[in-house]
Amino acid sequence: MSETRELDARRLLCPLPVIRTQDAVADLPPGTRLRIRATDPGVKNDIPAWCRINGHTVESIEEAGDEIRITVIVGEG
Amino acid sequence: MSESRKAIALISGGLDSMLAAKVIMEQGIHVEGINFFTGFCVEGHTHAIRSKDRERPKRNNALWVAEQLGIKLHIVDVIEEYKDVLLNPKHGYGQNMNPCLDCKGFMVRKAHEWIQEHGFDFIITGEVVGQRPMSQRKDTMPVVARESGAGDRLLRPLCAKHLPPTLPEREGWVDRERLYDFSGRTRKPQMALAEQFGFRDWATHAGGCCFLTDKAYSDKLVDMWQHRASRDYTLDDIMLLKVGRHLRPRPHFKLIVARDEGEGRFLEGYRKQFTSLRTVSHGGPLVLIDGEVNEDDIELAARIAARYGQGRSAPAVELEVMPPDGESRRLAVEPLHPNDIDPAWHV
Repeated sequence: MSETRELDARRLLCPLPVIRTQDAVADLPPGTRLRIRATDPGVKNDIPAWCRINGHTVESIEEAGDEIRITVIVGEG
Repeated sequence: MSESRKAIALISGGLDSMLAAKVIMEQGIHVEGINFFTGFCVEGHTHAIRSKDRERPKRNNALWVAEQLGIKLHIVDVIEEYKDVLLNPKHGYGQNMNPCLDCKGFMVRKAHEWIQEHGFDFIITGEVVGQRPMSQRKDTMPVVARESGAGDRLLRPLCAKHLPPTLPEREGWVDRERLYDFSGRTRKPQMALAEQFGFRDWATHAGGCCFLTDKAYSDKLVDMWQHRASRDYTLDDIMLLKVGRHLRPRPHFKLIVARDEGEGRFLEGYRKQFTSLRTVSHGGPLVLIDGEVNEDDIELAARIAARYGQGRSAPAVELEVMPPDGESRRLAVEPLHPNDIDPAWHV
């Protein structure tokens, strides 16, 4: 089973959650899951857009109250 | 012409950088995008705060442009390094606190460092001669190239024909004849080129892509520096300048009054850093106090805060006063009369 990492991007406003995601993904091997916790609704567009142009996959986007949880599967990059 | 040459394009999210990247991609060059986040970028940090903005579709235009072009985008956090650009601009400020020429030089320098680290050959920007009063003039364009260290590895495809041939042109990596001679503030040539490329949608920022070109924002920044011992700042400082109504009733403290629920929710996150006020007897905004305050100051702040709540006409309003340590207490005050709020307090 592939490894799962966590990234806390709560209270950060875009594009910082994207930058933190980009920096975290840079150190992860393909197939790793990165679970991002954020509060800026902008991440629902920005992280999937960043994943599409950089070859990663958004597995899920969930909302719980003000928190948004996005799971990204790291691609070949 | 070599297929293996690689260029990095400064992507702001606007039309010009999108066109510049496309012009070079059309010549078979491998292009990737780079976007620098200074903390002051309009693309960034406030489109999610205010309640009225929460339902608007949100997108980061630099990411969107990269996706339209089908290129990778590298977003680089330069918040810390950018401080020196803003605090000590060699070429001074524009109309407000915008150090445009130093800013452009800084970004090209960072892009030049990036191409050296990543084995790319040259840098593209969407600059057009004569388009901006400070950074995009014929006499300042060489300054950016020289001071950034990029020299003739900096190519401006939209106005290249007004400038001496750069290394990519001289070496034949790109065909100078297929570059452009745009100049001035007219947008017509860009519109025509966008049409030619089939671009139908792009972002427009009336005041540019940076909050520092905004007078109201710059005024708040200057006020913050004037009332602190130093001109330094943190990311929290520059975000808070975009949020709420700012009033400075005394030189040593100011109030940040949430203007709606969205801002109140955002300011909640700062209650462990600032003394905060919240009306409890009536509806009212969350208010942060920025500065060292005594009991008289807190009472004045509470009276102002009460003025912005639903109890503004009541004889007394009760508020919760919470210092950063979380030991809250209650305070009853008479809301300040509108005539007693000095217009000069508004930052």
